[in-house]
Amino acid sequence: MERNLMKGNEALAEAAIRAGCKCFFGYPITPQTEISAYMAKRMPKVGGVFLQAESEIAAINMVYGCASSGVRCMTSSSSPGISLKSEGVSYMAGSDLPCVIVNVMRGGPGLGGIQPSQSDYWQATRALGHGDFQILVFAPSTVQEMADLMGRAFDEADKYRMPAMILADGLLGQMMEPVTFKVDEIQHHDASEKPWATNGHGNKRRHNIVNSLYLQAEELERLNFERFERYETVKKELHEAELYKTEDADIVVAAYGSVARLAKAAVDRAREAGIKAGLVRPVTLWPFPVQEVREACRNAKRVLCVEMSMGQMIDDVKLALDCRIPVEFYGRTGGVVPKPTAIFEQIKLLSEKEAE
Amino acid sequence: MPEFKKPNALTDVPFHYCPGCTHGIVHRLVAEVIDEMGIEGETIGVCPVGCSVMAYDYFSCDMIEAAHGRAPAVATGVKRGNPDKFVFTYQGDGDLAAIGTAETVHAATRGENITVIFINNTTYGMTGGQMAPTTLPGQVTQTTPYGRNPDVEGFPVRVCEMVSTLSGVALAERVTVTDPANIRKAKAAIRKGFEFQKNKQGFSLIEVLSTCPTNWGLSPVEAIKWLKDNMVPYYPLGVFKEGAIR
Repeated sequence: MERNLMKGNEALAEAAIRAGCKCFFGYPITPQTEISAYMAKRMPKVGGVFLQAESEIAAINMVYGCASSGVRCMTSSSSPGISLKSEGVSYMAGSDLPCVIVNVMRGGPGLGGIQPSQSDYWQATRALGHGDFQILVFAPSTVQEMADLMGRAFDEADKYRMPAMILADGLLGQMMEPVTFKVDEIQHHDASEKPWATNGHGNKRRHNIVNSLYLQAEELERLNFERFERYETVKKELHEAELYKTEDADIVVAAYGSVARLAKAAVDRAREAGIKAGLVRPVTLWPFPVQEVREACRNAKRVLCVEMSMGQMIDDVKLALDCRIPVEFYGRTGGVVPKPTAIFEQIKLLSEKEAE
Repeated sequence: MPEFKKPNALTDVPFHYCPGCTHGIVHRLVAEVIDEMGIEGETIGVCPVGCSVMAYDYFSCDMIEAAHGRAPAVATGVKRGNPDKFVFTYQGDGDLAAIGTAETVHAATRGENITVIFINNTTYGMTGGQMAPTTLPGQVTQTTPYGRNPDVEGFPVRVCEMVSTLSGVALAERVTVTDPANIRKAKAAIRKGFEFQKNKQGFSLIEVLSTCPTNWGLSPVEAIKWLKDNMVPYYPLGVFKEGAIR
């Protein structure tokens, strides 16, 4: 397998093409523009479609139409653009359509900034649009994972008929690292795998309808019940986290994405200083890896949640632990990246508190 | 002697439209064109939010229900992924010329090979008759109870005239369905739109001046007369642009 030195955004785009993504619909926004640029260059060469839409709203609705016809497709954006896409995501969830949406997060709220952030965790895992629904959320931490999770997101989205999101940040998108692609050739997926697709019935079946409108309250309720039953299956089957030095850890740091890398360095430093520290890094954010977090914190006396936000994933960490262990928070926001030394200081502080 | 029957491209589901509403006629014309071209199995329709929101139950081809105003973007997604299939949208004035203006204009200027059926009845029918982007000056609606005042509410949008300035447009034609002669012309325009699409020759939009007796507060016959007397002078019938762009 060939190793390539690539930016995270480019690795993700290449992985999407190899996973059989046939159409990409985008709109320019920093810091994810490399994805569009890569797609614009590569898609025409491999018989795919790159289309720059007139807005984020149009882009997600193009994805809606394309996904309805059974074609693997995606869009990417950054925080303010994702807010605009939320209408379309809700419709896709309500119509049980698979697709992949990439959010290379930047600081918010509002226009915010263009530096890395993790402040869209709540949006991704709680309410990416109106109505009762969830989407799959994957959080890569390396350029290699940007590629690996991309392919997986397409497969899982198809399997569960749900939109899937890659929740990355500006740091991961821009950094260069070696990456090895799991598949050498472009995979082919077509609508024949999706009997529900609206791609023309060819006079061979009854017409398919893609729709999220149900005027009978009981019918809509029944469909929501069914969808949430499916979510329960997803919760059982799809949860993943990396555990690092947690077996004997007194202090467990919980962090995802690029922050988890910084936290790992802080954990190593704490170990050198004689503190039994460990790290749990959720890879799936929805479903949240509850069992893995519990396992990681089995012997923990205190948990430190570190995020590039004012504290959002911390809610899920507390819920996973049923608040049985004190969960503290350290975060930087607005585009400021926490330093490993600062995370180490926080670990040290907790360790001292525990010793008292 | 041909037998008069329901086109195959329509299902057996009864229409929910009000008496005197012209949606039924336009649905039928679209279905007749699909039948005559023999393309039902290759056609995907996109319906809007508005009175024709449930058109997905009425057409026998594959159907998608779009968010309000987004039908041309949804149709673009279908078409780009399936360039050899036929894709049409069926949209009202609020959907196409207010909330979906950007999607309409950009699908048109890109020259997307799709056909847009645009129902202009100067009102938001489904929500009970509010001012539409095409509501005429002086026209009373639920949200212009004293009549549309251009000083306050601005002027109605002439969609065919607007999109005919765009290079991606192969067909922009305004028709109506008030009488058999006009119904024949409307069907011919719809057929032209699908033919341009078949030959991948650009974006086609057929605007159909339509009635809304319920929200206009008129009988079906009075509504037809009101359309002829008030709408046609403001929205002249005819071809505004015609010709393959590629």
